[in-house]
Amino acid sequence: MNVSLEEFDKAFENRIRLQIMSVLVANDRYDFNSLKELLNVTDGNLASHLKALEKEDYISVNKTFLGRKPNTQYAASDNGRHAFKKHLQALENLIKQQRK
Amino acid sequence: MQEKDIYNELSSIRNLMERSTKFISLSGLSGVLAGIYALIGAFIGYKLVDSDFGELDYKDQYVTEPRVLLELFLIAVTVLLLSLLTCIFLTIRQARKRGENFWNPVSQRLVVNMSIPLFTGGLFMLILLFQGSYGIIAPASLIFYGLSLIAGSQFTFSDVKWLGYCQIIIGLAAMLFPAYSILFWMMGFGLLHIIYGSVMHFKYKQ
Repeated sequence: MNVSLEEFDKAFENRIRLQIMSVLVANDRYDFNSLKELLNVTDGNLASHLKALEKEDYISVNKTFLGRKPNTQYAASDNGRHAFKKHLQALENLIKQQRK
Repeated sequence: MQEKDIYNELSSIRNLMERSTKFISLSGLSGVLAGIYALIGAFIGYKLVDSDFGELDYKDQYVTEPRVLLELFLIAVTVLLLSLLTCIFLTIRQARKRGENFWNPVSQRLVVNMSIPLFTGGLFMLILLFQGSYGIIAPASLIFYGLSLIAGSQFTFSDVKWLGYCQIIIGLAAMLFPAYSILFWMMGFGLLHIIYGSVMHFKYKQ
C-alpha cells in the first residue's frame, strides 16, 4: 500500500540525512570522521548532506583545529531535534494507519 | 512508501542510535583472563605473606614489613597492568573483527567516564597506603572499581552495570568482615570476572 509523503520532512527524504540526524540526536555532538566511519559514506557525500542539514538549520557546526588537522564537530539544533521527532511521529502514524 | 520500508527505516535509525552511543567490542575473554590473573596474583601474595609469618589467620591485617609490602604492591600493579593490556589488546582485535574503529567517540566517553572513579580510587588507596591503613585497600579497590563500571556501563553493554553492583556489594562485605577481605577480593576480582567474562562471551557469541 502506498501512502502520501506529505507529512514527511523533505530534508529527511534522503536516508543518509535521516541517519546523520539519528546519530546527532542520540549524542551531544559527533565529529566528521567518526560520522563518516559510522555511516560508511564518502567524504563528499557526507559533506553535501551535512551542508543540506545545516542550511535547514537542523544542525550546528563547530570548526576547530586539533594541531594542524581540522576537527569539525556537529550537533543537532533544537530545530533539528523537533523536526526529527515530528518525522518519527509521522512514520509511527503511518504504521498505525496501515494497521487499521 | 511501503510498510516494510518504514520498518527498515525505523530499525536503521534505532541501530545507528545504539551503535553511536554504545561501544560493544569489549571482549568477554579479557574478563576471564583478568579474573585468572587476579586469582594467581592473590595466591602469590598469600604465599608471600604466609612464608614470612607462618601463621595463616588474619595475617593480611598484620603485614607491616616494608619489603613484603613492596612485593605485594608490585604484584598488585603487575596484575592491574596485565589485565589492562589484555583488555586493550583483545578489544582492539574484537573491534577489527567487527570492522569498527576501537578509538571512536563512544569508546573515548567510556574510558573518560570509567577513569574518574578509577583514578579517584587509585589516589585514595595510595593515600591510605602512605598513612598505613592497609586494611581498607581491598574493600576500597572493589568499591571504586564497581563505581567505575557503573559509570561506564551506559556506554557499553548494560550487563556491565550488574558486574558493578556486585563488586560494590562484595566491597562493602569486605569492609564489614576485614579478616576475610582477601577472600572477598578474590571473589570480586577473580571469580566474578571469570563468570561475567564467560557469560558475555557466550551471550554475544564473540
